[in-house]
Amino acid sequence: MSVPDPYREGQEAARARRMRSIAIAVSLAAFVVVVFIITLVKKGGG
Amino acid sequence: MTEAAASDVRVPKAPAATWRDFVALMKPRVMSLVVLTAVTGLVCAHAPMSPVLAAVAILCIAVGAGGSAALNMGYDADIDALMRRTRGRPVPAGRVQRSDALALGVVLSLFSVGLMALATNFLAAGLLAFTIFFYVIVYTRWLKRRTPQNIVIGGLAGALPPAVGWAAASGAVPWQAWLLTALIFVWTPPHFWALSLYTREDYRRAGVPMMPVTAGAASTRRQILAYSLIVAPLGVAPALAGLGGAAYLAVSLAGGAMFVLLAGRLAMSRAGEAGEVGAQDGHLYEVDSAARAARNLFAFSILYLFALFATLLAEHLLGAAPMVLAWGRP
Repeated sequence: MSVPDPYREGQEAARARRMRSIAIAVSLAAFVVVVFIITLVKKGGG
Repeated sequence: MTEAAASDVRVPKAPAATWRDFVALMKPRVMSLVVLTAVTGLVCAHAPMSPVLAAVAILCIAVGAGGSAALNMGYDADIDALMRRTRGRPVPAGRVQRSDALALGVVLSLFSVGLMALATNFLAAGLLAFTIFFYVIVYTRWLKRRTPQNIVIGGLAGALPPAVGWAAASGAVPWQAWLLTALIFVWTPPHFWALSLYTREDYRRAGVPMMPVTAGAASTRRQILAYSLIVAPLGVAPALAGLGGAAYLAVSLAGGAMFVLLAGRLAMSRAGEAGEVGAQDGHLYEVDSAARAARNLFAFSILYLFALFATLLAEHLLGAAPMVLAWGRP
C-alpha cells in the first residue's frame, strides 16, 4: 500500500525553490562585488 | 489502499512562486517613476561624482523603493485580497507567503540604506531610511486604514526621491530639491483620488477610508480640482526658479493646463457615483463611460509627472538648463 506524502513538495515547487536559492546566492555575490567596487572607487578617489 | 487509489488522492498545493512574483512584489512600475525622479535630483545637483557611485546610488534608491513596496504588500495582503485591482498580487493570490514578502522587504531595505551610506553619504542614507520608514510605518501601518488624509500625508514618501538623489550627489538638500519634492507631494492626492473614484467600491469593501468612501464622490472631485490648481503653477515653478529651461517651461505650461482641464471635466462629471465601474483584476484603464473622466486624469497625471522630470533631466544632461549655464558646469 502506498500513500502519497502530503508534505512532499511537487516537482514544480522544488524547481521554483531551487531557482529562488540560486537567485539569493547570485544577489549576495552581486552585493559583495558592488561593495568591493565601491571600496575601490572610494580608495581611488581619496 | 491500492496504488491506483492512492494516485487519486489530490493534495492541494499552493502555486509555486516564480521570479516574476518577487519582481511584482517590488512594484516595478512605481519603482520606475521613483528612479526617474531620483536620477533627476541627482543630475540637477551638478556635483562632481563618480559615475560608478552615481549608478550605485540610483540602484540603492530603486532597491529601497522595492523593499518598501514588498513590505507594503506583505502588510496589506488582507485588504489587497478584498480589492479586484490588487487581489492578483503575489501574496493575496497565495503564490508568495506573507512572511517571505516581509523578509524580502526588510532585507532589501537594510541593504539599500547600508549601501547608500557606504557609496555616498549619511545624509542620503538617512533620507532613504526615512523615506522607507515613512512609507511602511507612517503610511501603510498608521494612516492608510485610519484617515482619508492617508495619501495626502503619506505622499511625502513618494515625493522624497529627488531630495535623496540630490543629497547622494552633493551631500546637501537645497531648496531647489525641496521644490521638486513639493511638486510630487501636491501631485499625489489628485493622482490617487482620481484612481480611487473608480475603485471606490473596492476601498469601501476593504474598509480603507479613501476620500471618495468617506467624503463622497462629489467632494473628492472638488478637492481634486483644488489640488490641480496648486499642481499646475507648482509644476511651472522650477522654470521660474532657474532649475528648468525653455523646454521645461513649455512642457510644464502645456501639461499644467491639460491637468487643470481634465480635473475640471472630472469635477463636472459624475465619476465615482456609478458603483462598480471598473479596474477589475488589475486592468486599471478599462472602465465604463461614467468613470472615464477619472480614468483620464489618473492616466494623464502619470504622463504629466513623467514628462516634467524627463524634460528637466534632459535639459540638465544636455546643459540647456539656466542653472547649468549660470554655474558653467554642464
